[in-house]
Amino acid sequence: MSAVLEVSEIKKNFGGISAVDGVSFDVREGEILGLIGPNGCGKSTLFNCILGQLTPSGGEVKLDGKLVTGLRPAELNKLGVSRTFQLLQVFPKLSVRENLILAGQEHQGNMASRLVGRSDAGLTEAANQMIGFFKLDHLADEPAGGLSYGQQKLLDAAMAFMGGPRLVLLDEPAGGVNPSMLVDLKDRLVAINREKNATFVVIEHNMEFVMSLCSRVMVMAEGKVLAMGRPDEVRKNPAVIEAYLGH
Amino acid sequence: MSSFGKPLKIALGLAVIAALIIVPMNFNRYGLFILSQWAVMSIAAMGLNLTLGYAGQVSLAQGAFVGIGAYAAAIMTTHGWPLPAAILVAIALSFAVGWVLGYPALRVQHHYLAFVTLAFSTLAFLVFRNESWLTGGIYGISNIPRPHIFGIATNKPLPFYYVCLGSLAIVSLAVWWLIRSPWGRAFMALRENPLRAQSLGIDTRRYTLMAFAIGSALGGIAGALYAPLTQYIDPVPFNLSLSLDLLMMVIVGGAGFYFGPFLGAMIAVLLPEWLRFTEGYYLMLYAIAVMLLLIWSPTGILGILDRYLAERRTKAASALRAVAKSRLETVQ
Repeated sequence: MSAVLEVSEIKKNFGGISAVDGVSFDVREGEILGLIGPNGCGKSTLFNCILGQLTPSGGEVKLDGKLVTGLRPAELNKLGVSRTFQLLQVFPKLSVRENLILAGQEHQGNMASRLVGRSDAGLTEAANQMIGFFKLDHLADEPAGGLSYGQQKLLDAAMAFMGGPRLVLLDEPAGGVNPSMLVDLKDRLVAINREKNATFVVIEHNMEFVMSLCSRVMVMAEGKVLAMGRPDEVRKNPAVIEAYLGH
Repeated sequence: MSSFGKPLKIALGLAVIAALIIVPMNFNRYGLFILSQWAVMSIAAMGLNLTLGYAGQVSLAQGAFVGIGAYAAAIMTTHGWPLPAAILVAIALSFAVGWVLGYPALRVQHHYLAFVTLAFSTLAFLVFRNESWLTGGIYGISNIPRPHIFGIATNKPLPFYYVCLGSLAIVSLAVWWLIRSPWGRAFMALRENPLRAQSLGIDTRRYTLMAFAIGSALGGIAGALYAPLTQYIDPVPFNLSLSLDLLMMVIVGGAGFYFGPFLGAMIAVLLPEWLRFTEGYYLMLYAIAVMLLLIWSPTGILGILDRYLAERRTKAASALRAVAKSRLETVQ
C-alpha cells in the first residue's frame, strides 16, 4: 500500500515550548490510523500543522508524494484533505442541509458557475444522501445550532465527507457523543472508509473506540512519537502504558 | 417565514410593488423626492447589508462609496455622458476601491476593521472637498442633468422616481440571486465561522474581498442615482454621518435579513418626516426609539418577526410531537 500522507520531522514551537518535536509518520492508502496520547502532547497541533492552519517551525508534509507544507487550508481541502474539529464547528444559523451543501459547494464548478449556476450547486441530492447516511433525516431543515451536541458532532463529521475527500483528519469525533450514537458513528466511519476508499487519521481518547476502529495506532507524548503499531501491540507496549494508558 | 405560505407571500409582494408604482402618482414634488431618496438609500443599505449583515465584515465607509458613485455620475453627466454609462463607471470604480479596502479585512476584524474603514471614509471626504479641480471642492457640482430613458425625459419628479424604483428593483433581484447562490452561502460562512469555512475549501480571502467589492459597488450605484436626484452635490452629504446613517438602517432593519435594508431605509428617511410635528424634539425621539428597539431586539425589526415565527414553529412542532406521542400511547 502506498502512502497518502508522509509527514517528516514536523516541529512546532510556541515561544520556548516545543509542542510538536520532530514527528514523522506515514498514512497508508485506505487505512484508519488512530492518534492517541495524553492532553497537551501535541496531537491537535500536529493536525493543524498538517492542514495548514498553523505554519510548522520545521519539517515537511507530502500528499501523494507532493510537497504541500505551507499550503492554505482551503487549498489543501481542494486537494482532497478534509477535517473535523475537536470543538464543534458547524454553521449554527444554517440548516443541516445548508451546512452540508456549503461543505461541498467549493468542490463543484468554479467561482463563476457558483455565482450564476444553481443555488444548491447541484448538491441537494448528495446532501440528502449524507443526511440519511448519518440518520439526521428528521433534522434536515432545522438550524444546526438547535441540534444536540451529539447530533452536531455527527453533522460535523458528515460535513467533512461532502467534498468526497481522500484523506480525513478527525479530531476527537467521539468526544461528548453518547454510547448508542457512538456505535452509529463508528459504523458510518467504517462504511465510508470501505465504500469511498477514504483514508482516516483519528485523534481520540476513547480507547475502546480507537482500538476497535483503527488498523494502526500512533501514540504521542510530549510532542514526540512514542509508539506506532497495531492496536494490540500498542496496548502491550510498556512505554505506552507508562505514559498514557496507566496500569 | 415558511409559515406564511408561498401564495400569500407572492400576493403581498405584488401588492407592495403595485402600491409603490401607483400610490406616488398623486404625490407632490416633495413626497416624490422623499420616496426616491428611500429607493436610493435602500440600494446603498442593501450593499452594506451584504458586507456587514451577510459576510460579517464591519464597514464604516459605505457613505464614501455613495460619494464616489455620486461624483462619478455628476462629473460624467455634466460633461455630456449618458447616465447608464456613468452608472457603469460608478460600479467599476467603487467595486475596485471596495476590493482594495477589503484587504485590511484579511488582517483585522470587528472594531479594528471599523477604524480602518472609518479612516478611509474621512480620506474620501477630504478628496471630495480638497481636489477642487475634479470635484468642485466646497462649491460642489450643480446642474446635474437627469437622463432620458428610452427617449423619455425624466426631468420631472415622477419619471425620475420610477428610474430610482426600477433601479431598486433590478438591484433587489440581483442581490436576491446572489445571497441564495453558493456565494451567499460562502458569505454567511465567513460571518459564522471563517476557520471552519477554510477547512471546507472556501477561499475566505477571495470571498471577503468580493463581499467588500460588491457591497461597495451597490453603494456606488446608489450614489450615481443620488446625484441626478438632488441635481447638486457637495462633499457634506458624504461625510461620516452618511456611513453611520446607513449602518443604522442596516442594524435597525435587521442585519443579515433580506428585507432589512428596505425597512431600515424607510425608517431613516421617512420617520423624520412623520415626526416633523414634534419640531425640535424629532432627533431626540428618534434616538430614544432606536435605543429602545436595539435593547428589545438587537437583531433589528426583522429580528423580532424572525423570533416570533421561530417560536410559532417550535410550538407547532411540539404540538405535533405531542399528538404523535398520544397516538402511540393509544395504540399501545
